[in-house]
This record gives sequence, structure tokens and C-alpha cells, in this order.
Amino acid sequence: MTRTELVREGARGGRASRSRRLSPALLLISPSIILMLLLFAWPMVAGILQAFQSPDGLGLDHIERMVGDGQFGPAVRNTLLLIVVLLPVQFVLAIVMALLLHQRPKGQGLYFYLWAVPIAVSDLAAGLVWLAIFTDNGYLNSALSTIGVGPVSWLSYTNPTSQFTAILVAELWRATSLVMVIVVSGLQGIPKDYDEAANVFGATYWTRLRHVWLPLLKPSLQVALILRTILAFQTFAVAQALTGQDFPLLVGETYRFYTALQNPNVASALALVVMFVSMAAAFLYLRVLRDGTKGAAR
Amino acid sequence: MADISIRNLVKTYPGNTEPATKNISLHVEDGEFMVLLGPSGCGKTTLLRMIAGLELPDAGAISIGGRDMTYLPPNRRNLSMVFQSYAVFPHRRVRQNIGFGLMTRKMPKDEIARKVAWAAELLQLTPYLDRYPAQLSGGQRQRVAVARAIVVDADVLLMDEPLSNLDALLRLNFRAELKKIVEHIGTTTVYVTHDQVEALSLGDRVAVMEAGKIAQLGHPMEVYDRPADTFVGGFIGSPPMNFLDGQVADGRIIFGEGASIPAPAAVPPGPIRIGIRAEAISIAAHRPDLVPAVVDVVEPLGAATLLTVKVADQSLKVQIPPSQRVSSGETVFLHFAPDSVRLYDPQTGLGLLASV
Repeated sequence: MTRTELVREGARGGRASRSRRLSPALLLISPSIILMLLLFAWPMVAGILQAFQSPDGLGLDHIERMVGDGQFGPAVRNTLLLIVVLLPVQFVLAIVMALLLHQRPKGQGLYFYLWAVPIAVSDLAAGLVWLAIFTDNGYLNSALSTIGVGPVSWLSYTNPTSQFTAILVAELWRATSLVMVIVVSGLQGIPKDYDEAANVFGATYWTRLRHVWLPLLKPSLQVALILRTILAFQTFAVAQALTGQDFPLLVGETYRFYTALQNPNVASALALVVMFVSMAAAFLYLRVLRDGTKGAAR
Repeated sequence: MADISIRNLVKTYPGNTEPATKNISLHVEDGEFMVLLGPSGCGKTTLLRMIAGLELPDAGAISIGGRDMTYLPPNRRNLSMVFQSYAVFPHRRVRQNIGFGLMTRKMPKDEIARKVAWAAELLQLTPYLDRYPAQLSGGQRQRVAVARAIVVDADVLLMDEPLSNLDALLRLNFRAELKKIVEHIGTTTVYVTHDQVEALSLGDRVAVMEAGKIAQLGHPMEVYDRPADTFVGGFIGSPPMNFLDGQVADGRIIFGEGASIPAPAAVPPGPIRIGIRAEAISIAAHRPDLVPAVVDVVEPLGAATLLTVKVADQSLKVQIPPSQRVSSGETVFLHFAPDSVRLYDPQTGLGLLASV
């Protein structure tokens, strides 16, 4: 055999063995593919079909029922309002907490774990804790009574502002630590040199925050923002524990249609709305906060 | 522009028992280019970072232009710096990177634009001003770091091994360019390096550091020609200085049987160590006053030939012209240029007399 023939032979052998090697790989990932199809794809398709089911095949009957419901408008409004108010406050708080930890104060480990505790608390439990505070005979009213104020019905449907504030505070407590943990890890990932360079070149703390840390934190903030927006659209247990149906939110409505009204079709339609707005928000964030610094050289 | 005065600086990093700098004092003249040279861990970068304010000393004082800066934060020292990692901000275009120090100094926009254009021109970055650092090569990023440092009207320019991440050819070219630029702007400069060639070629003066202390401070050629101790001689030069142990007796330094050179009159009898550069030794035809040696290795280097020879069981390097033909195993006779022989105490390694 000549040298070229040998090489060609080798190449052919390689190709053959590569295609044979593919099948065990497929075999190995197939359990997870099957699991994903069973637990994710199939329920999703079933949910979409359920939402668009009508007596004569497919139709918009359930969508019309959902939009026509008196609670739908308030639910959309409340959910959006919660996101618009909650997220900025939450991000400012989380960034401030992360920056404080980044200054390496004494006992920073303790602060970090204390601030991260809410992540470990189930959201229904968190809702019940805050219910114990805000309810008519709760801790807040008894504290206020000692200075001669109140009692105030914080969670009554006649007080939508205080209802909203109570949910806002509880959600802030429960979910800010997630953002903080992401920002802390993001800060730790920024090489010290950038801050030192900015410092040597005369930048004050604020200049460094604005021109060095925040821009370099952008990838972390983007992740946190997408995650938190999606989770905020799904706010349910805390609001349910605090106000029941008095302060409707989108996922709360889904729950009401599914359990109280025994209408899984409209519940599916509502779930689809939540999924759609979450996806739209994530897409928007990815577009708006796109990293333009790594484009190809012109 | 300003001079730097460093007095009795001590710094021990937390958790270390050995101080990083041991009572260092140093004065850098206004407009001077001072190189801190030493091996890893000698404290040169710590010293630079204390001048920058990025580390605070445990004791001692630093003043720049007569003002005490010892505990002032970096942003109030009016400095500029080139980092080893360049630390060019990845999220800012080249233009905004170069102008960073001007922005923090609240300079008007049109003046920033003018100065950035000037620095970009000087460092051949004009075509890249609107790029992000990720779109530049390592050499270009390095230029951005230098442009950012020279564009500000700082009192002191600090450089922490700025050339160490460049490849050899780029380093050679940029070294000359850097020297020209720094001479042109005339700022007081402190430059840290572990590369002795860089130190000799760039510095007005070189401070050779060892284990947290300055072993020798002087003009590059002085440090090269007259190392204060065997550490400096062994660290500077490629190949490093040769050291040979011998005994002084009867007016001669004797290395072994039949191998000796004349000793200067002032040297007392006893053990001694001599230091001599490879290029100060020549080989010649046999004469009784020369030192016989056996050639171990012959390395032709193009511009010169490097020999490793053995004199009375001690190894030394000899540099000869490439025209001279020598083969290994041969016995040659060495002539030590009398002006270039340095004498050291074999115990302490400290220099005894300037020359023979």
C-alpha cells in the first residue's frame, strides 16, 4: 500500500468510527430528552391546546372569557405595577448591599448569610410571616398601639395602597437577596485592576461606581433582571397569604380559575399570558442590554 | 511634575512574617526615570503600589513634590499608571479609555478630544479610537494603556512591568518607543521590572532590589560595571557576572595550581571572591601570566561566541569574538582585563574595593 492510500484509509476509518460514536452519545442523553419531552414539552402543548379548545375544535372562547372577567384588568394592572415599583427598589437595595459587602467590613460573612437567608425561606412561609405582621391583630398594629396609633386594617380591600405596600415589602424582603447574591458574585468577578486603575487616574467612589463597576456588572445585572422579572410575573404565594383574592395578580387568577371556578381552560390561557409576557420581557432585556464591545474588528 | 521622596518605608502584608519592604529610602529627582529592578518577591511592586496609594505602609513616609502623600487615597495623588495587565476598561472605547484620567479631572470636552487625539497620534492609535479593547491586539491594548497614562498631566508616572506581556520582538520595538515618549513628556517616572535589559536600557538610574531592600542604586552602567555585591552582579547582565573564589598570597590571587592573577596592593592575604564579566575575559596564546582553563561548552550566538570554561574546578562564562575558533575539551589561556576585576568578601558577598 502506498502512503496516500494509507492516509485515505485512515481518514475513512476515522469517519466511520465517528458516526458509530454518535449513537452511544444519543443513547446517553436520551433519558433526559425523554424526561424533558414528558414533563415539559407535552404539558406545554397540552396547556396551549386546552387554552384554545372550543366546542367546534379550536377557538378563542376561553381567551374571551379570560379578558372579559372583571378581575383580569386589575390583575394585569397590579402585576405590572408590582414589577414597575418592586424591581427598581429591589435592584438599588441589592446593589447597595453588595457594595457594602464589597468593602469587606468586619463580619462580612455573617452579613452575607443573614441577608441571604430569605432565599432559603419558602415563599408561602414568608407570606405567612408577613401576614402575622400586617394582619389586624398582628405585630405591626400591636407595636403601633403602644404609641397610641391604629389599629389599621392594612390588608383590607378598602385599603388598596396599604395592601400593595404590604405585598411590596414582603416581596422585597423575600426576593432581594437573590439579586444581591448575583451582584455580589458579579462584583467578585471584576478584576481588581480596573478599580485600581480608575482610582489611580483620579476617579472618586461615585465615578468608579458609574463608569467602572456598573458597566462591568452589566452581565450580572442582566441575568438578575431577567430572572427577577420572570419571577415577579409569577408572584403568587406571598400575595395569596396576605390578601387572598382581594389584590388580584395574574398567577393568583390562574389559581382561582383552576381551583375555585374549576375552569382549567381559562387557567391555561392565563398561564400562557404569563409565559408570553415573561418571554417578551427576557427578549427585550437581551436586546436592550446587548453587549456591543465584542463585535468583530472593523 | 515633581520629585518623590521615600523615607524608611516598611510594609508587611497581613499573614506574612517577613516584611515586603524593609525600611526603604529613595529619592527620585524631578523628571527622572527611575527603574526598580529585582527578582519576583523582592518588594519592587509593593514599593510602587505604596507610591500609588494602592497599599498603605506600616511605617515611613512618601512625599511627592514636597507634599506628604503617605496615607492619601490614590485618586488624590495626581498620578498616572500603566498596569502589568494593562487594565484597559473593556466597556469603554479606545477614545474613552485614553480620556479617562481627563474625564475624572473634569476637563472640558473639546480639550479632552484634543489631548486624546494627540496621544493617539503619538502611539499610532488614531485608526482604532472607536474600537473596544476586545477588538484590539495585545500590543495595541498596551499602547492604549500607555496613551491613557501619558495624556494626563500627572506629577508622577508609574509603570508596573508594562512590557512583560508582549512578545519578544514587540517588546524590543516598544521599549525604544517608550523611552522616546517618556523623554518627550519629561514626567518623573518610576518603572518596575524584573528584566535587567529593560532596566539598563530605560533608566536614568536603577535601584536593584533584593528581599525588601535596595541592594544598589546607581546609573545603569555603574550598576552593570561595578555591582555593589555578588547578588547585583549575578542578577544583572546576560550572562551574569562570573564569580571565582581564590586566596590572596604573595601579591597574587590564586585560584588553583598554576592559575592566578596579580592582586592589588591593598588586599590583605586570605580568602577572596572576584567578579568579572564574560566580555572582560579574552583568550590568548599561552603565556605564563595567563590563567589556564578547559573549555566545557561552546555556544555560538551570532554576534559573539559564549564559552563555558573550568578554572580550577570553578565554572565561568567567557565571551569571545565569533571569529575565534575554539572547540570543547581544548585548554585555553584566559586574560582578565585588570580594570574589570571586582573584589568581594566571600562571606558577605559585599564589594571590597572598586577595582584591581
